[in-house]
Amino acid sequence: MHLSAEAVDGRLTLHLRGEWRASTVAAIRAELAALPLAGINEIAIDPGGAERLDLSGAWQLREFLDVAARRNLRVGFVGEPPAQLALIDRIREQAAAEAQARPAADRDESPVATVGRRVVGQWRGMHDGLDFLGRVTAQAARAGGSLRRLRITSIARHVYDTGITAIPIVALIAFLISVIIAYMSAQQLRNFGAEIYVVDLVTIGVLRELGVLLTAVIVAGRSGSAFAAELGAMKLNEEVDALTATGVEPVEVLVLPRVLGLVIALPLLTVIADGVGLAGGALLCKWLLDIPLIQYFARVDDAISSTTFWAGMIKAPVFAVLIATAGTYRGLQVRGSSRELGRLTTVAVVQAIFLVILADALFAVLFMEIDF
Amino acid sequence: MRAMVEAHGIVNRFGAQVVHDGLDMVAYEGEVFGIVGGSGSGKSVLLRTILGLQRPQAGEVKLEGRDITHLSWDELRAAKAGYGVTFQQGALYTSLTVLQNIQLPMLEHLALPPDALDALARLKLAIVGLPADSAAKYPSQLSGGMVKRAALARSLALDPQLLFLDEPTAGLDPISAAAFDALLMALQKDLALTVVMITHDLDTIFRTCNRVGVIVDRRMVSGTVGEIVDHPHPWIREYFHGERALRFGGRYGA
Repeated sequence: MHLSAEAVDGRLTLHLRGEWRASTVAAIRAELAALPLAGINEIAIDPGGAERLDLSGAWQLREFLDVAARRNLRVGFVGEPPAQLALIDRIREQAAAEAQARPAADRDESPVATVGRRVVGQWRGMHDGLDFLGRVTAQAARAGGSLRRLRITSIARHVYDTGITAIPIVALIAFLISVIIAYMSAQQLRNFGAEIYVVDLVTIGVLRELGVLLTAVIVAGRSGSAFAAELGAMKLNEEVDALTATGVEPVEVLVLPRVLGLVIALPLLTVIADGVGLAGGALLCKWLLDIPLIQYFARVDDAISSTTFWAGMIKAPVFAVLIATAGTYRGLQVRGSSRELGRLTTVAVVQAIFLVILADALFAVLFMEIDF
Repeated sequence: MRAMVEAHGIVNRFGAQVVHDGLDMVAYEGEVFGIVGGSGSGKSVLLRTILGLQRPQAGEVKLEGRDITHLSWDELRAAKAGYGVTFQQGALYTSLTVLQNIQLPMLEHLALPPDALDALARLKLAIVGLPADSAAKYPSQLSGGMVKRAALARSLALDPQLLFLDEPTAGLDPISAAAFDALLMALQKDLALTVVMITHDLDTIFRTCNRVGVIVDRRMVSGTVGEIVDHPHPWIREYFHGERALRFGGRYGA
C-alpha cells in the first residue's frame, strides 16, 4: 500500500506511505484511481509518510492533483508540499512556454501529395541507380589505364572472400541439384525406355542454366549481402565520408574492386559447379541406372555442342556485375540508422536475385533467337 | 556517508597487458565522482567492470553494498533498473525516435499504460532541456550536444539514484559543455543523484566533481579535487599543472 485515506464529512485526508518511485508508479496509479472521490469536496495530502519520492512518483501525484482540480476539489498539503512537485511544475511551465513559442508541426499531408512524393521518389531512385552505374563505369574506364588504380590486392581479397570461400557450398548445391535432376528425369524417362537421355538432360541443364544460375543465387545471398552490410556499416561510421574527404573516390576503392573481384570469382565458381554437377550426374547414373562411367562421358560428349558450355559461362560475368553493383549501391545508400542497414541489405539481396533471373530469361530468349 | 559504488582489488588483464592491478574505488552517496586517467589507462574498462559488462580477473564490485557478481538474474535486473548509464557516443538506438529511446527502459521495467509512458518520457525530455519537437526525431537528426542530452534523458528514464557517465562533454564546444555541466549539477541537486563520470575535461572536473579518482600505474589515487591537484605523482602534476592547465591562467592550480 502506498497511501491510506480517511474521509470525514467530505474531507479526504491522504497519507502517502512507502516508496513513491518509478518502479511502484503502476501500483500507485491503481490505488489512486480506486479512491472514492464521490461526495468529497476537499482533499488534504500528507506527504510526510513517503520514504522516497522520485520524479516519476511526483509526476503521478501531480496527475492526481490535476484530476482533483478538474473535479473542482480544494487540495491542500499537510506541511510543506514536496520539492519534487515544484520541480515538475517548473519543467511543465518551461515546456508550455516553449510549445507556445514554436510554430505547430506540419500537418498530415493529403493523399495526392503522398502519391506525388512516391512518384518523385521512384523517379529519383531510378536516376540515382543510373548515376551510380555510370560512375562505376567511368571509374572502371579510368582504372583501366593504371595498375595502381586497379588495386590488385583488394581485388584478390574479394576473389578470395567471394570465390574461394564459397567453393564448398557451391559444390555441394551443384552436386545435389544434378542428383535431383537425374533422379527425377530417370523416373519419367524410364517409362519410355529412354533412360540414357538422363545424361543429356543433366549435362545440358547444368552447363547451360543451372550451374551458373544457382551459383549466382548463392553468391547473391552470400556476397551481395556482405557487400551491402560492409559498405553500409562503413557509411554509418562515416568512413565513406572520410575517404571522400581525403580525396579518395569511394567508388574506386570500395565498389570497383568488389565488382571486378566478383567478375573474376563467379565464372571460376561456375566452372566448379559445372564440374561437380556433371560428376554428381555420373555417380547417380552409375548407381541408379547402371550406366558405366565410360558410357556416361561418351554420351556427355555427344550431348554437348561447342556452345553448350559457353552458353552458361558467358552469363557468369554479367551476373557478377549485377550482384556486385546491387550490393554496393544499396550499401552506399545506408544512412542514419541500423534499421536502414538491415533494410537495404535485404533490398540488395532481393534485387540481386531478381536481376540475375531477369537477365537469365533475357539470355534464354537471345540464345534462342541467334540459335546459340 | 553511504558508499554507492565500491570496487575492491580489481584486476583486469587482456593477454599480457595488465590494465588494472588491485584497483580500489569508492563513490559515496550524493557526490559527483570523476574518473580521470591517460588514454589507455583503463577508465572505460573500469566503468564496464562496474556495470558488469566485463568480468574482472579478480576483485569485487558492490553497488549500494551488494556484490553484483553474486546476484540472481532477477536481482541483477532490479539492480540494473537502479542506475542509469550514458555511453561515450550516446549509444542511442538509431532505429528508434528519441521518445522511444527514453521509453525503452520504462517498457522493460514498468507496467504503465502508453499515455503515462508518453507523459513520463516527455517529462524526462524536458528536464534535460530538449525541445518538445525533438521527441519524434531520430538520433541521426540530432546534433552532438542533443545526442548527449537525449542519452542523459534515457539514463534518467527510471529515476535512478545512481548515474554513470562516460565522457559526457567530450566533443562538445566549451559553451555547450558548460551548459551540460550546469544541467548535470542542477539535476544532481534536484534529484539527489550520485554521479560517477569519466571525463578528460578539466573545466568539468572543477565545475562539477566533489572527488576525483585518477588511474595511474594501474591503480587509483582518489581524494577531493583539492587533494588531487596537490598530489605529487608526476602524471597528476602534469595533468593539473602542465602547460595545458596553465594556459587557463593558473585558474585551477594551487
